[in-house]
Amino acid sequence: MTVYVARRVALAAVVVAGVIIATFVIARVVPGDPAATWAGPHASAAQVAAARRFLGLDRPPAVQLLDYFGGVLSGNWGLSVHTHQPVLSDIGTAAPASLELVTAALVIALVVAVPLGLVSARWPGGAADQAIRAGSILGVSMPIFWMALILQLVFSQHLHWLPAAGEYSPGLLFTSPLAHITGFSLIDAALTGNWPMFGSILVHLVLPAVVVAAYPAGLIARMVRAQVLDTVGETHIQMLRALGFRERAVLGRFAMKLAWNPVAAAVALVFGYSLVNTFLVEAIFDWPGLGSYAAASVATLDTPAILGVTLFIALVYVAANLVVDILQAALDPRIRLR
Amino acid sequence: MRPAPPRLAIRDLQVRFGGRPVVGIAEFGLGEAEIVGLAGESGSGKSMTTLAVLGLAPTVGATVRGSIQLDGLELTRLSQRALRDIRGRRIAAIFQSPATAFSPVFKVGSVVLRALRLHGMSRADAADAAARAMRQVLLAPDLLDRYPMQLSGGQLQRVAIALALALRAEVLLADEPTSALDVTVQAEVLELLRGLREREGMSVLLISHDLAVVAELCDRVAIMRAGRIVEQGPASQVLSAPRHEYTAELLAAVPRIGAGPGVTG
Amino acid sequence: MIEAPTPADIPAAALPRGQALRRGLRANPLLVVGALAALLIVVIAVAAPLLAPFPADAGTATHPFAVLRPPSAAHWFGTDQVGRDVLSRVIYGARISPLVAVIVLAIACLIGVPLGVAAGYFGGWVDEVIMRVTDIFLAFPSLLLALALAAVLPTSLTSLTIAISVTWWPWYTRLIRGQAASVAGRPYIDSCRALGIPHWRIIVRHILPNSVTPLIVQVSLDVGGVILTASALSFLGLGAQDPTPDWGLMVAEGQNYFTTAWWVVTFPGLAIMVTAFAFNLLGDGLRDLLDPRRTLLS
Repeated sequence: MTVYVARRVALAAVVVAGVIIATFVIARVVPGDPAATWAGPHASAAQVAAARRFLGLDRPPAVQLLDYFGGVLSGNWGLSVHTHQPVLSDIGTAAPASLELVTAALVIALVVAVPLGLVSARWPGGAADQAIRAGSILGVSMPIFWMALILQLVFSQHLHWLPAAGEYSPGLLFTSPLAHITGFSLIDAALTGNWPMFGSILVHLVLPAVVVAAYPAGLIARMVRAQVLDTVGETHIQMLRALGFRERAVLGRFAMKLAWNPVAAAVALVFGYSLVNTFLVEAIFDWPGLGSYAAASVATLDTPAILGVTLFIALVYVAANLVVDILQAALDPRIRLR
Repeated sequence: MRPAPPRLAIRDLQVRFGGRPVVGIAEFGLGEAEIVGLAGESGSGKSMTTLAVLGLAPTVGATVRGSIQLDGLELTRLSQRALRDIRGRRIAAIFQSPATAFSPVFKVGSVVLRALRLHGMSRADAADAAARAMRQVLLAPDLLDRYPMQLSGGQLQRVAIALALALRAEVLLADEPTSALDVTVQAEVLELLRGLREREGMSVLLISHDLAVVAELCDRVAIMRAGRIVEQGPASQVLSAPRHEYTAELLAAVPRIGAGPGVTG
Repeated sequence: MIEAPTPADIPAAALPRGQALRRGLRANPLLVVGALAALLIVVIAVAAPLLAPFPADAGTATHPFAVLRPPSAAHWFGTDQVGRDVLSRVIYGARISPLVAVIVLAIACLIGVPLGVAAGYFGGWVDEVIMRVTDIFLAFPSLLLALALAAVLPTSLTSLTIAISVTWWPWYTRLIRGQAASVAGRPYIDSCRALGIPHWRIIVRHILPNSVTPLIVQVSLDVGGVILTASALSFLGLGAQDPTPDWGLMVAEGQNYFTTAWWVVTFPGLAIMVTAFAFNLLGDGLRDLLDPRRTLLS
């Protein structure tokens, strides 16, 4: 098992190195002069030149790459030409909200999709199965930004059931201000017993999370159905039936345990995908996460920030895959005991 | 010939699969403390009969008509819930490839204990029964803590038998229990099956394509071909003086050590 | 015991003919619906000039006195913020998304398939190098990489297409590599080599035919995905520019008027969804039809 984990980590490290290089290369392709953007529109030529030296843009590309590499690994991801803050700290402020959103979305997706997938597998070809299949495919066919707008219009504007935007009711900023401990609003609110804030965040989280959950839910439902159906004819399933277990238990507990492996892998894959999906949704719901930060960066052509976000997400992606690889090994005795 | 009524009585059993009839048995019985062999080539419908007895034919898309009685109880007319009570508890089954018969991601003991508790035992009783049964099949009870891939085929088959023992089943359906095992291990498993009859009074239906195994273990034997029983009777009689030509063919095909080509035993 | 045959023994299935095809279609109503819908969309795209009531509105025409009219008999989908007929623009939009998808997937195949074949067939360090590079590309979720690229290239539909193509080919490399590797590992390939048959002939004769079916399935499944990615990028302003009747762009443009003029956003978005849905149904149905394991279990 240790060998397996070590190998996985080594591979991940190689990929990360490649990602950093790729990000750097993309940076070199960007039109426009970061030094000029940094110095501002009214800067003199001398100031722009000084900015260039300050940003290290006058060194040869190979040296810049090494600098960048070393910088990234030591936590220096450059300075945002727009906010003039270290990109990493900007990301650190913005990321937790997005991660919260994606986690909430994945929880919703799992809670909804796994039972539906099991129902589908229980009566394959039946009316429920067809409906669930159609629904799942619909889920993965949704244009996220459009769904966000529609849901906002229906549930917020017309029905007034849920708030339209923001992370929490603005009034609470004064009555129950949120302490900053972990940076994750929900956790911070819970840790300090700030229940009005907790509830408000939760309510504001619903619409965006449901929107982001559509794709993973569709994916997971299909996957559960496929995995469970794959095992349905196998001997060990027949044996469980022959022992008198209800079909519900045979599929729900035994077949499903086998299915968790690929489902977990799918969840990891979809984590990164959903994180990027939040970009489309955050502006619409005014959710203060990475997406809003990235949108602002794109608008101001803030190259270090754009690259920082790209790098961050790619790293999250690699990390998620690594975690799942290890989790799969831990959960599946066949891998663990090899 | 059979003084007591059969424990498991099959009458006019018809199983259809994919529109074709795959089993058509007029009469077949399994008595108390008896080992009966159901022999024939692959595809002769033997396994389908097992599924039908367990009421699991619909799970592969087959339909069943006719009568299957367990101690007078008509199985074909029971509700699913009633059938679930019977499965495992009164009729147990062991399968051909023991390595695939246990779910790979569960410890072997987990399945055993869950099955025992499903049929009403308390946690403590189940643990005791499982340990006792494991010793009866000459396995150390702590092997229950292993995963299927950590046990050999022979060990897994013995665990399956232990499960049937712990459940105190009346009837055991053994579908090719030794086909996937080495010859030496085969003998041990067969010996265990014999012990089930002797000590527990279990009725064992042994399904096999291997006539040598059938000859060694069974009291009576029925020869199946294309879903029908072509001949049945006491093993010694059927296997030494077959009346049906198909039986003779099967016997002729069994390799004998030391015999020349074309010579039957 | 009745057991499902192990998938490794089943060769890649060919399209079932005649009765098998009819049975497959009947068991798969979703596939039929998807195929018909996809066909309908293609027809609409091709016949756009004939179907659109106000073809000029899909171009540079503007009608300042007919701004933001709700759906009516004259304008089934209403008019947008500069008075253009939404229905006509939606119809013309059908020409854009599927075309982008076709081009992207063609490029992805042209790059991905040869690389995958090379990696799978030759193995060794060729395999390692190609797969590491592929892994690096795969580490970036496609929308993200396309976003980064589209942000650095001048905004246009062409840039968008290129950006998405660059992010899409790795999946095909991985897919084809798996197929190629499994075929290349078979003993008869060794015999072919021993007989002195050149690599390229083995590849064309034995490796490629095996890859066709999974490739078709993957492409049909990906059409929907590319359409969604393209519309998302257009929504962010990184694709087609006004006055191109790109659906994503229309949704973006209509955002500000959404609360009062819901039709400007709803119909183009609906078009995206329906198109993606149709092609996904088609792809999904094709996969079920062509996957031998599935048909055996049904």
